[in-house]
Amino acid sequence: MIKFVLMVNRRGQTRLSRYYTPVELSRRAALEADVVRCCLSRRKEQCSFVEYKDFKLVYRQYAALFIVVGITDKENELSIFELIQNFVEVLDKYFSRVVSSCAIMFSLDRVHFILDEIVQNGLVVETNRSRILTPLNAIDKMSDS
Amino acid sequence: MSDVVEKTLTALPSLLLSVDSQPGSAKLSTSSKLGSLIRNITELTSKHEEEKLIQRELSSIKDQVSSPNTTMRQMKELMVRAIYCEMLGYDSSFTYIHAIKLAQQGSVLEKRVGYLAVSLFLNEHHELLLLLVNTVLKDLQSTNLIEVCMALTVVSQIFPKDMIPAILPLVEEKLNHPKEIIRRKAVLALYKFHLIAPNQVQHIHNKFRKALCDKDPGVMGASLHIYLHLIQENPEGYKDLTTSFVTILKQVVGGKLPMDFNYHSVPAPWIQIQLLQILSLLGKNDPGTSEIMHEILEESLRRAEMNHNITYAILYECVKCIYTIHPKSDLLEKAAKCIGNFVLSSKINLKYLGLKALTYVVQQDPKLALQHQMTIIECLEHPDLIIKRETLEILFRITNAQNVTVIVEKMLTFLSTSEDDHTTIDLVGKVAELAKKYAPDNEWFIQTMNAVFSLGGETMQPDITNSFLKLLSEGFDSVEEDRKLKVFAVNSYVSLLEGEPEKLPQRFLQVISWVLGEFSHLQQDVGAETVVCLLDKLLHMKNSTSETKTWVLMAMTKVCEGAACAPLVQSVCETYSSSLDTVLRQRAQELQHLSRDPALRARVLPPVCTREPLEVDSSLSFLDEFVSEALAAGAAPYKPSHQRQEELAQTKAVSYEPYQLTLPISTTAHTHTPSLLSISSSLSEGSADLSHKGGSSSLKLEGVKRVWGRGGYEAAQVETPSPPQEGGDPSISHTPPLTSEDTESKQQEQQLASSMFLGLDHSSVTLMGKGDSTPSWLKRKERGQTPLNDAQTFTDPQELTDPSPLHVVSPQFPQSPVIANGTSDTEAALALACLDTNRSSTNQLEDRGLSLYLPAELSGLICSEISVLCSSESLELSACHVHKLRSLEMIVFISNSSDNAVQQIQVQLHSEQLEVSCASESQMEEVKGHSVVVRQYSLRVRKPSVHVELIGTLFHPETPQNVQFTYRLPLSSFIRPLTLSTEEYGTMWLSFSNDTKQNLTLVHSENEGPLRATLNVLTEDLHLHVVEIIGMEAIVACRLLQDQPCLMHCRVHGDALAVWLRSPVPELPDCLIYHCQRALQGH
Repeated sequence: MIKFVLMVNRRGQTRLSRYYTPVELSRRAALEADVVRCCLSRRKEQCSFVEYKDFKLVYRQYAALFIVVGITDKENELSIFELIQNFVEVLDKYFSRVVSSCAIMFSLDRVHFILDEIVQNGLVVETNRSRILTPLNAIDKMSDS
Repeated sequence: MSDVVEKTLTALPSLLLSVDSQPGSAKLSTSSKLGSLIRNITELTSKHEEEKLIQRELSSIKDQVSSPNTTMRQMKELMVRAIYCEMLGYDSSFTYIHAIKLAQQGSVLEKRVGYLAVSLFLNEHHELLLLLVNTVLKDLQSTNLIEVCMALTVVSQIFPKDMIPAILPLVEEKLNHPKEIIRRKAVLALYKFHLIAPNQVQHIHNKFRKALCDKDPGVMGASLHIYLHLIQENPEGYKDLTTSFVTILKQVVGGKLPMDFNYHSVPAPWIQIQLLQILSLLGKNDPGTSEIMHEILEESLRRAEMNHNITYAILYECVKCIYTIHPKSDLLEKAAKCIGNFVLSSKINLKYLGLKALTYVVQQDPKLALQHQMTIIECLEHPDLIIKRETLEILFRITNAQNVTVIVEKMLTFLSTSEDDHTTIDLVGKVAELAKKYAPDNEWFIQTMNAVFSLGGETMQPDITNSFLKLLSEGFDSVEEDRKLKVFAVNSYVSLLEGEPEKLPQRFLQVISWVLGEFSHLQQDVGAETVVCLLDKLLHMKNSTSETKTWVLMAMTKVCEGAACAPLVQSVCETYSSSLDTVLRQRAQELQHLSRDPALRARVLPPVCTREPLEVDSSLSFLDEFVSEALAAGAAPYKPSHQRQEELAQTKAVSYEPYQLTLPISTTAHTHTPSLLSISSSLSEGSADLSHKGGSSSLKLEGVKRVWGRGGYEAAQVETPSPPQEGGDPSISHTPPLTSEDTESKQQEQQLASSMFLGLDHSSVTLMGKGDSTPSWLKRKERGQTPLNDAQTFTDPQELTDPSPLHVVSPQFPQSPVIANGTSDTEAALALACLDTNRSSTNQLEDRGLSLYLPAELSGLICSEISVLCSSESLELSACHVHKLRSLEMIVFISNSSDNAVQQIQVQLHSEQLEVSCASESQMEEVKGHSVVVRQYSLRVRKPSVHVELIGTLFHPETPQNVQFTYRLPLSSFIRPLTLSTEEYGTMWLSFSNDTKQNLTLVHSENEGPLRATLNVLTEDLHLHVVEIIGMEAIVACRLLQDQPCLMHCRVHGDALAVWLRSPVPELPDCLIYHCQRALQGH
């Protein structure tokens, strides 16, 4: 099961966080800082999975952005690793078409919409790229008109 | 890397870092305030500044949301900013109600943001959630599909449990919606309902089946989540769906899905993974169901050959599935190969996954670890801690009595560098478990536990200390051994306290205090005064907690004796009698009174060894009444701790307390108690250091390796095996160490490998596979506990006088079975004393034609002489043994020489060294007049010794006394040839740890050379298999029934034959060498 998805920049500032198990607000910042420290301290040639407390972190770096997913031990790490890539490809597909040079991070709501289509309750519910974007595209079309 | 990735990588930085270059864009203007907020925060350097900025932001949001002039569009923008602030950890709960309003009143995009904010802000129990129900109801009935979609999305994310009935009919209805996206979201919403309120969706289980068969793959994929969950809870209930899942997987793997389900040209990988997870749950422990899926699993393995991470993710799941379901050999073989590819991969992520897979499968197949031993060794030294950690996990699972010291050493080395608390707790628990299970001796055990206590510190599970103290106090059955263990512990602790006790964790100090209190009197060299002084030191330490001080005072109370301690004790009492801590005060008072009154103290605190065992009602039956009353009053029934832990783990959030993990130490493990060091472990210990031994004898380890070892890690060696040396000069056969550093480190690794993977051979495979969980210590203890009965005391007078019978060559024992008519002690002793006469009488007895009664299936096999076991009245018992390839059969003839039938005759056999199983089920026999009844027993060696012995009892209704007898047979009867290739021999040789070397006399013959002649004699008498003869050396293999291999390396050396035996069974090499000597003496 996926416990959380984080998007963090190199300086450890959270760009997006979504928790699938309840975590108190007061603890999130500390947890995120800790998780980021864990991932930042690792070198490129080290493996992309880290044990953290009683769960695991799978992370992937895209330029200055880290995407970190916290998973339980039973989850298949490599499939989550590729899920991150799938997520990024969907973001790329959507943002490069709709708003060509806008920063993804300034559309926090839309990134959340996309993530909501992919992961729900900690489960991977949709991975088909065109289907992930269907609702968002429809919303865009309706609010445009 | 694919094009898409590269494109993403190049595109993202500009996307992420560039500030909106088109400020005029309409879309951007809505988020520009968020944009500037993010930019401002990014530029900040301190947490304090950030806090100030956000607080300012929040108060401006607060003003705007409550203003009546704010439009929905502005509200949406404010909401996104509030989400951002809360994401950074700042409370913006004042916006929650506006989020609900936004979802209620906004148009499409605003509504979606409202729902998003609700799902991010609120938890399942938040009271505001009730306000959402009406909005959801309305949207579910909307004609706008997007609104229906949003409503279903939020329902499957967060919805109040009690309100499910209000929307359930609407959601159910959506299962038949023409649009796939609505059907899919409805399935996911129902899954959520199933998670939070399973009873409410019980009636729609058949609709789930419909969803599984939906023509749209997306809907089917969504239903898999439900099934994975349902099958986890109850695999039995869904076996009928196996074929459906297999068919679906077949279609997916076969590429029958629309192209847009492909990810990097792999068809629907996540659906494949989920199906494989479902199949492994269904096929577990179910040969029938497993059968159905074999074909598709094989196809999955075959199809997933493309070199992409996602195919490896599928392969990993496939391998796990193959090892979970009922095993099929050729599939296992393919899966093992697959794991090999993972482990050997240069890609670090794949290596990790390979190690994880290996960890999963080594329990079923430890040989696989043997195959990858060199990789495992390399990974142990890997710079990436994660890889190291996973490797230790593998080692933990393959640990046995033979490799425990090496593996524990590795774990402790890792522990000493580990900084992560969670890892430390986990590993410390594992080391403690291994130490308890497999400790080779007292010294090692105590030292390992010292390391555990020092490294584990305060975070350690309390179980570890408790079970250690329990183990120490129960001790051994042997008084001497018991005393040694305790004295060793005391000595070790005294020296620790004399050193730097400040550095020891409190828990450890408590353990030390308790042990010194209980057992320091056993060590005469350390006076009570010294102990009290040392304990006093602990009281004065700054960091000692009051709990530790309590333990110390208790220990002092037990120890203080004699006038020498009195002044110190007095001052301690004075200090703590006025302590603020009530417990300490209490202990101080006790110390004061008991130290003055030795008689009272002896009564109150008797030494632990003389203490009567406490009677404990472990079922707590006296509480039954209380429990039933509580249950009647509505209390929740008790759940065992492991169940609670499991449930906790399921519901547990990402918690910030790291110490809730269940550790491998189970509370039931208390029963494992140490027992005395047996001969077997001293043997194995003696042979642990193979390389040094090699130097002391004429046979060199290096030489042997190069000649015979090809399999296993030897494959890594580049040098070609040199031809075997002719003649036997030891100095020539000893290869000088290679100078290259690289080779040296490789050799070190190889040495490590050979000690680490000990005992993972064939025989232990079956042992581990069968789940033989009894620790070796326990077994030894059980054996020790068996009381000596009458029959045993006189069986072998020689064994009584000589403690090491293995090295005694006793020519008076004939190879044929020995008779001992044991009606009384003296008679039996006499029977043994004059074996030769008895033997001659045996031969005469043979003529009675008992051999005619041998079962037909055994005719033509090697059979021993038939000998008389005992007689009673008209009955006479005789026996012989027959060598079958797979077993040794013992045939007992019961002959009745009288005219009348004798009824209810019972023969019982038992043996310490053998396992006896009887072919016929009935215990009683009736023997008619002048006839013979045959009973057949299968024998297996449990514990090898030179001769093995059966003790039998004949129960005869007509005589008041039961008649006892013994039957002795040489171990060689249980030896069978073992056919091997030279390569296999090489691999096995390195993995065995117990060895013996001896020089034997050569047999000289006119026709053949001395080596061949000698080998002929040995193979003929002992049924050995000659694997290969090269010049003056030969390798020979045999097995002890059933599958305990023993390998032999012979080499002609001057006038003698230097023989080196190795086996995984500690006693076997010594026993076999004895029989070799005897066989050669006979010629």
